[in-house]
Amino acid sequence: MAHIALPEGNPGISGGFAFRPETATPMRELADILLYQPGSLSPGERELIATYVSSQNDCYFCQTSHGAAAAAYLGGDAVVKQVKADFQTASVTPKLKALLTIAGKVQRGGKNVTGEDVAHARNLGATDVEIHDTVLIAAAFCMYNRYVDGLGTWQPHDQTMYAEMGKHLVEHGYLRPSR
Amino acid sequence: MRGPHTLSPGERELIATYVSALNECYYCQTIHGAIAAAHLNGDEDLVKRVKADFQQADISGKLKALLVIAAKVQKGGKNVTGEDISHARSKGATDLEIHDTVLIAAAFCMFNRYVDGLGTTQPRDEALYRERGKQVAREGYIAVSKTYMPAKAAAR
Repeated sequence: MAHIALPEGNPGISGGFAFRPETATPMRELADILLYQPGSLSPGERELIATYVSSQNDCYFCQTSHGAAAAAYLGGDAVVKQVKADFQTASVTPKLKALLTIAGKVQRGGKNVTGEDVAHARNLGATDVEIHDTVLIAAAFCMYNRYVDGLGTWQPHDQTMYAEMGKHLVEHGYLRPSR
Repeated sequence: MRGPHTLSPGERELIATYVSALNECYYCQTIHGAIAAAHLNGDEDLVKRVKADFQQADISGKLKALLVIAAKVQKGGKNVTGEDISHARSKGATDLEIHDTVLIAAAFCMFNRYVDGLGTTQPRDEALYRERGKQVAREGYIAVSKTYMPAKAAAR
């Protein structure tokens, strides 16, 4: 049971969004810009960063829903599982591995990011906007994950539901509820 | 942080300052500490006491209970227990106040990482933060953001 009286039947973050629409709007807009709107990193790559950080934060709802979105973009969940288990050996580009290194450091705390991490990402072709957005995706999921777990939201273990949510995110982005 | 609310802006800024201090973000704890002080009649000592040991600070029992929740969210959302919530409720906290405490703490885990993760410039100049703190307390975040954001983004 959630810690506060969240409207029933809304899994994960949608419980908080239904409880407080005023804060839901900017939170949805930020996710839409970072993960859905066009960018030089593909939406699938950005969803992998979100999934990896959510997995490091041990947030079941976020890693499963964003993992489903990543799988829908990338045509299957094999890469998603690899990235969560050990991204260095996953079938992703070296540039994305360098960005995932930065994301992992941001997850532990922003000061962990070094000049060498950034230089390495640049050597592999990362632009400043891509580095910026990686830092902000990782930071934002340190917010979303804490929000979802800190409210004690309902997080059903229902893979069909998450697959449908992933499909919704791929088709419609983050501005509208999926259910 | 500024909309009409049962927690005062000064109390909400204290939560933001405390979480930023736990995350060791110099810029965020200093600017939000300055905004908090500006809301609290310039009481910079109170801000320092909250950062050092809020249980001994001259704040309400309700705010202390909410700061306990904020600190647990800072370490990770799963740390918040039903007992923490019942304790805050017994001190008069509403569900909205508990929700916003969780979200302020979570949001500052984002803002702090963003500021430090980009390696931003964080001047060591207390007077600068004090002045900006008064300005934000007086005018709010949206108005102040218009001084440095592109017109289109600020106009929203």
